[in-house]
Amino acid sequence: MSNVPENAPEHCPGTSSESAGKVEACVGCPNQAICSSIPKLGPDKAVEEIRQKLSGVKHKILILSGKGGVGKSTFTAHLAHALAMDENRQIGVLDVDICGPSMPRIMGAEGETVHQSGSGWSPVYVRDNLSMMSVGFLLGSLDDAVIWRGAKKSGMIKQFLRDVDWDKLDYLLVDTPPGTSDEHLALIQYLSGAGIDGAVIVTTPQEIALCDVRKEISFCRKTSLPIIGIVENMSDFVCPKCHKSSIIFPPTTGGAIKMAENLGERFLGSLPLDPRIAQCCDEGKSFFEEVPDSPAVSVFKAIVEKVVNYCTGLAKHMEADTGESNMEVS
Amino acid sequence: MNHLSSVKHVIIVLSGKGGVGKSTMAVQITMGLHAAGKKVGLLDVDLCGPSIPKMFNLEGRDIHQCPEGWLPVYVDKEQRIGVMSIGFLLHDLDDAVVWRGPKKNAMIKQFLSDVYWQDVDYLIIDTPPGTSDEHITVMEALRAYNPDGAILVTTPQAVAVGDVRRELTFCHKTGIPVVGIVENMSGYVCPHCSECTNIFSTGGGKALAHQNNVPFLGSIPIDRHLTLSLDTGKNFLESNPGSPALSAINHMIQKLIAIDKDLP
Repeated sequence: MSNVPENAPEHCPGTSSESAGKVEACVGCPNQAICSSIPKLGPDKAVEEIRQKLSGVKHKILILSGKGGVGKSTFTAHLAHALAMDENRQIGVLDVDICGPSMPRIMGAEGETVHQSGSGWSPVYVRDNLSMMSVGFLLGSLDDAVIWRGAKKSGMIKQFLRDVDWDKLDYLLVDTPPGTSDEHLALIQYLSGAGIDGAVIVTTPQEIALCDVRKEISFCRKTSLPIIGIVENMSDFVCPKCHKSSIIFPPTTGGAIKMAENLGERFLGSLPLDPRIAQCCDEGKSFFEEVPDSPAVSVFKAIVEKVVNYCTGLAKHMEADTGESNMEVS
Repeated sequence: MNHLSSVKHVIIVLSGKGGVGKSTMAVQITMGLHAAGKKVGLLDVDLCGPSIPKMFNLEGRDIHQCPEGWLPVYVDKEQRIGVMSIGFLLHDLDDAVVWRGPKKNAMIKQFLSDVYWQDVDYLIIDTPPGTSDEHITVMEALRAYNPDGAILVTTPQAVAVGDVRRELTFCHKTGIPVVGIVENMSGYVCPHCSECTNIFSTGGGKALAHQNNVPFLGSIPIDRHLTLSLDTGKNFLESNPGSPALSAINHMIQKLIAIDKDLP
């Protein structure tokens, strides 16, 4: 844990060391003020605590996008609903969008409160085998704004990962806010011990969104976060009256499929824009149950299957690698 | 040096929700005010996802330094639209800006203090979604300059309105006046049968404005030509006469200019 820069003064304790910026060697170094003020990313005991807490969680998946409003939360919610259709699976959803938590509404759990138990916070159960946690449950009113800077948001995420009592889960889906900043770094940092299976990246077809999503992919690569694949949302719109399709967000540069191809990432599928999906989200219902005839349903199921195959494939691969199961529970 | 004191009006474009069209609105307001004869500056403080350079087709342009500070990138020859964004400072456009709060704050402070806007009539500030570092920093820095206020952008569905409601609370808590609420992506007209579908429901923004007693600036329908012109960096206001989105945008700009006349 030294991280000594090449051009550092002699006896530099390293930028991530506890004594960075504080020892004799730092006097006169132009970066002294920065080193002494930055919170240390070094070994945090929370990483180990989180690893233990999440040892009963088989698969952890992040849902990411550089762009906002592309359907991360909608995708997360419906991935959870789809996975939970198999009653033998236990699913958890963690919403780390601290300033704009929309998960409670989309999951139909608005107004629920979180209870404290001996082993931590009890998540809110939406179905028998589907539980969730969001900062939305901790706010007094729907109007409450969470006006927090990054450090405080990271602290909240640490608490969510360490203190929520998920018990045993097959899948923990983590819904994130747009961007590549505090929340994302906190997740990568705190889950470094527990491990992340990978990230699903959601985008819409137009170049303005793809620009930001490329940055997110570059973030994943910088932080060595595996990418499960890319989902294109709102690809085309089928008019409910004439049933002809038209394109609202034109893929001027070939859309997500082309981007995935160029970057060598897996493309998971294109979800059509169906106004009934937005309506289901507003009402907190699962569109698999409400509108089973939607063209989005079959596409979504295929995507879910790919995600499941990836995760189980990864588990088998790890098993073969180490000669034993990587899971502490079966 | 105090470059902001010579700016007559400062308008911040905010939304609790991502992807509702903050940058789109910021660009259209800038263009509209310019068409009304104003000199306009546009500052993009979305550091992790800067879309403004692309929307003006200015990708790859560089920032120049002058004795007074950083010069914005000008869209037109007459230099009546100036733009500043972190996008101009990145070497590789696909590169992620992986910064925590303090670094973002420092960058925004520098943008606010060092950019030499000259005597612009309006400075429009485009923000990322949320109520966090970027927003707190902008509000703190602007308080001394008496900004006109914030325009809140939302889409009609309840999920988005819920987040924008929190942004309203943010404005009240930080003491920034709300100029009004704009509802974007209100309806979509099928090009085959002309049926208007409310993809993301309808009326949510208007109801929110009404409930909170703030001006409603209008509903802007979904128009694929608008998305297209932003992807290619074309001027939507000039290239699509007769579009329903265009008249809604112009209407909003008229309201903005009218509100400003009442200000001291």
